[in-house]
Amino acid sequence: MKPLALIGRIAQLLPVLLGVSVIVFVMMALTPGDPVEIMLADQQATPEQAQALRHDMGLDRPALERFGIFIGNALTGNFGLSFFHRRPVFDVIAERLPATIELTLAALLLALAISIPLGVVAAVKKNRLVDRLAAIGSLFGVSLPGFWFGIILIILFAVQMRWLPVSGRMDFACEVAPITRLMTIDSLLRGRPDCFADALSHLILPALTLALPMAAVLTRVQRAAMLEVLRSDYIVFAQAKGLSRRRILWRHALKNALVPTVTVAAIETGSLLGGNMVVETVFGWPGLGRLVVESIFVRNYPLVQAAVLLYAVTYVLLNFVADILYTLLNPRVRL
Amino acid sequence: MHSTRSSVTEMTAPLLSIRNLKTCFPTRAGLVTAVDGVDLDLYPGECLGIVGESGSGKSVTFASVIGLVRSPGYVAEGTIRFDGTDLRNLEAEQWRQLRGRDIAMTMQDALTALNPALTVAEQIEEVLLAHATDLPRKGRWEAARARAVEMLRLVGIPAPDKRIDDYPHQFSGGMRQRIMIAIALSCRPKLLIADEPTTALDVTIQAQVLDLIGDLRRELGMSVVLITHDLGVVAEHTDRVAVMYAGQVVEIGPTQELISQPKHPYTRGLIGLIPRLSDLDAPIKPIEGQVPELIGLGGICRFHDRCDYRLPQCRSDIPMVAVGPGRQARCIRAKENLS
Amino acid sequence: MSAAIQAPAAMPERAETPTWQSLRRFSGDGFSVAAAIVVLIFVLLAVLAPWIAPHDPYETDLLRRLQPPAWMEGGEWSYILGCDALGRDILSRIIYGSQVSITIGLAVVLISTAIGTVLGLAAGYMRGWVDIAISRVVDILLGFPYLIFAIALMAMMGPGLQNIILALVYKEWVVPARVVRGEVLAAREMEYVEAARAIGAPRLHIMFREILPNILSPVIVVSTIRMAHVIILEASLSFLGIGVQPPTASWGSMVADGRSFVLDAWWVSTFPGIAILVLVLSINVASQGLRDAFDPKFSD
Repeated sequence: MKPLALIGRIAQLLPVLLGVSVIVFVMMALTPGDPVEIMLADQQATPEQAQALRHDMGLDRPALERFGIFIGNALTGNFGLSFFHRRPVFDVIAERLPATIELTLAALLLALAISIPLGVVAAVKKNRLVDRLAAIGSLFGVSLPGFWFGIILIILFAVQMRWLPVSGRMDFACEVAPITRLMTIDSLLRGRPDCFADALSHLILPALTLALPMAAVLTRVQRAAMLEVLRSDYIVFAQAKGLSRRRILWRHALKNALVPTVTVAAIETGSLLGGNMVVETVFGWPGLGRLVVESIFVRNYPLVQAAVLLYAVTYVLLNFVADILYTLLNPRVRL
Repeated sequence: MHSTRSSVTEMTAPLLSIRNLKTCFPTRAGLVTAVDGVDLDLYPGECLGIVGESGSGKSVTFASVIGLVRSPGYVAEGTIRFDGTDLRNLEAEQWRQLRGRDIAMTMQDALTALNPALTVAEQIEEVLLAHATDLPRKGRWEAARARAVEMLRLVGIPAPDKRIDDYPHQFSGGMRQRIMIAIALSCRPKLLIADEPTTALDVTIQAQVLDLIGDLRRELGMSVVLITHDLGVVAEHTDRVAVMYAGQVVEIGPTQELISQPKHPYTRGLIGLIPRLSDLDAPIKPIEGQVPELIGLGGICRFHDRCDYRLPQCRSDIPMVAVGPGRQARCIRAKENLS
Repeated sequence: MSAAIQAPAAMPERAETPTWQSLRRFSGDGFSVAAAIVVLIFVLLAVLAPWIAPHDPYETDLLRRLQPPAWMEGGEWSYILGCDALGRDILSRIIYGSQVSITIGLAVVLISTAIGTVLGLAAGYMRGWVDIAISRVVDILLGFPYLIFAIALMAMMGPGLQNIILALVYKEWVVPARVVRGEVLAAREMEYVEAARAIGAPRLHIMFREILPNILSPVIVVSTIRMAHVIILEASLSFLGIGVQPPTASWGSMVADGRSFVLDAWWVSTFPGIAILVLVLSINVASQGLRDAFDPKFSD
């Protein structure tokens, strides 16, 4: 891919990102309730004090100027103070982000690990039992309400069978000095297999809950792509070359059939962000999603605003990554 | 090219011998018999042309030979003997070992036959690694790569050691065709099935590719089946020709004789389609009508509806009749001098 | 959907337009028809809730607090699925809860399909700055994950049935708008549109009377699929506590109510969730059948 074309693609992103920020800004500007009053709610403050705070926060300036300040601040990572925590929003979010990233990555890996082999097998055994079961499974996967399925998993595996913990991210007994701040990886890097097992046991159920709907979608994508590829001439030619069935399926066919799956996976990772809020709430996972939900109830608007902007920007970037991946994996498509 | 061949071939045993081959495709409209009772022999070192319109069964016949009839099609009847083996009783693993090593195939369009996601190097090396038993145990990969470069050089790819790591789409159409031929020939097969090797190419490159196949055939001493819809292509590059129509062979014989004195009305029609250098303004005369639906045929000559010479007696199954040394035609008037 | 199933049987002599052929194909697909019937049953439950529900869904009875389902020890058959933490009958609340899901699902899909269709037609047919403006807004709205957009809006507007519908419509119209725009772009080049233009038919006539009827099937298919999505979104919002507010019975908030009792009263969360699953699954199956019927080339 030529660097110039890449710059062109990035330039196309800017109007969308700008539009997204305008919407986030307007949304919060229209929010009923005065942030200053909320901040001072539990204090005895004079109207003068309130006015001073309003001035300090720039709330008495014209909307356009405030938007400019908002964008400027956002670009420098300054999202103001979290009302509730009385600390910079940026710090609060940064603290919670690794848990969300770990959960999202685990779900993504799990979804790919389920869907790629299942999609390939379903395509190869088209209309046979495996294919039918995969189709039914996919239908259930996209129809499952994640918050309910999470609770069912808790009831089954944590409450009834007691195999896995009910909630949380790690046992208190396990303290691992942070490196990447992803517990599973850190515990391995620090040579603590006991902590790794513990982190993993906490991770399994939420990751599975998050992964299933995505796996359902990806399985269908993988199957369709594989069916299409298996009809192509180069598969016949590969057979005529006397290659093993395994090599034809998993190298010749899959390398082409992975392109749509990986592309859709990148886009679907964006929808995991939304699912995170629900799943983190169900499993008491100390990530950003749960923080946002909690913040809504305590009217901690600067944090909600920053988080929504962060989610939207990530989502747009993931779509961009999907685009780039499609190009990289597909040597025929030139930028 | 090798017009003396036909006299020699009578004595040696055929490399490939097809008898009464029937290949069927179940469809919604009924069972389509795409290949219906084909008999063919191919001798070592020979180049046999198979000519026919699309739907004549020429490609399906050889897809049956290499065991790659597209699903849901299947070989229903007949025997296919190759080099002393009955190909209809092979296990999957035996098929795998045979394909690419003893019987190789090229397809019409190299752009779709080559895997777009794999480098040319990988696509040649994998055949060598799958079949070539003479690769050294140590440094197998390096040896395969060296041989792959060698094959690319053989088919005339410039700077093969540099280009080998490119992807198929980075080559021109003619070069891609050469790469596909290099892949097919990399294990020095006894038989090459070349299915429409030039249809996707420019006229100028067509001749180059056909010459290349001819040169390599002599160099490697293999037999070649040249499948084409264009009688002009086989005229210069084959020893014998079989003309197929509606799933049957309708005429077979040494190329030069068959073209100069066609015995079947359909062959005459095909020859009418070749533009003559001597008379470029002469109108190309198309054959009127269409190939019949290949469902429940029988009791009538398949060319009946399109034939200018039809007689009431043509309303029956027509057998092949000998019409000269090494020549047969499926027409009751084959021995008449029609004009 | 219910009309779709009945129609071909009721009017067999009607001329077979492609749409009728599709509906006939659909009615021959037993699996999808069964799913459509399940959806219909939920609609009936919602409409007839006051007459069907065995108990008042809001009547609390602390003596029946967390009473188990009928087949378990301590259950009784008049409270077949047991009671929640306030002693309310779970079955009755599920029946009433279908009102919320069905109302929001239908309202959001109908409103957003209407808006999206008009905007998509305008963008696709008029092109120019109209298209640029609408497409830009679509691009920007697509920059938000659905649930996050809805959560942010709900945080801003506060909970409530109307607000949920609004919050979901704000983004949901984008889906039909894109579908319609794409179809219109293709239809513009069709002969029947050229012909209408040639005889000088007014623009609005061409858009709504010529093009719209011809692109309805993909719009219908997409709307039914979206309805499943909308119902899950609403349930998720209510589960998080920023959707329908108590004491109104909503399946999402009922599941949330049961979260505190997973240790000893699993039924409180489980049954409303099954209701969501069954309804959403049925809508998905039926819409898949509808898609296959309208466009057989997809049925691979």
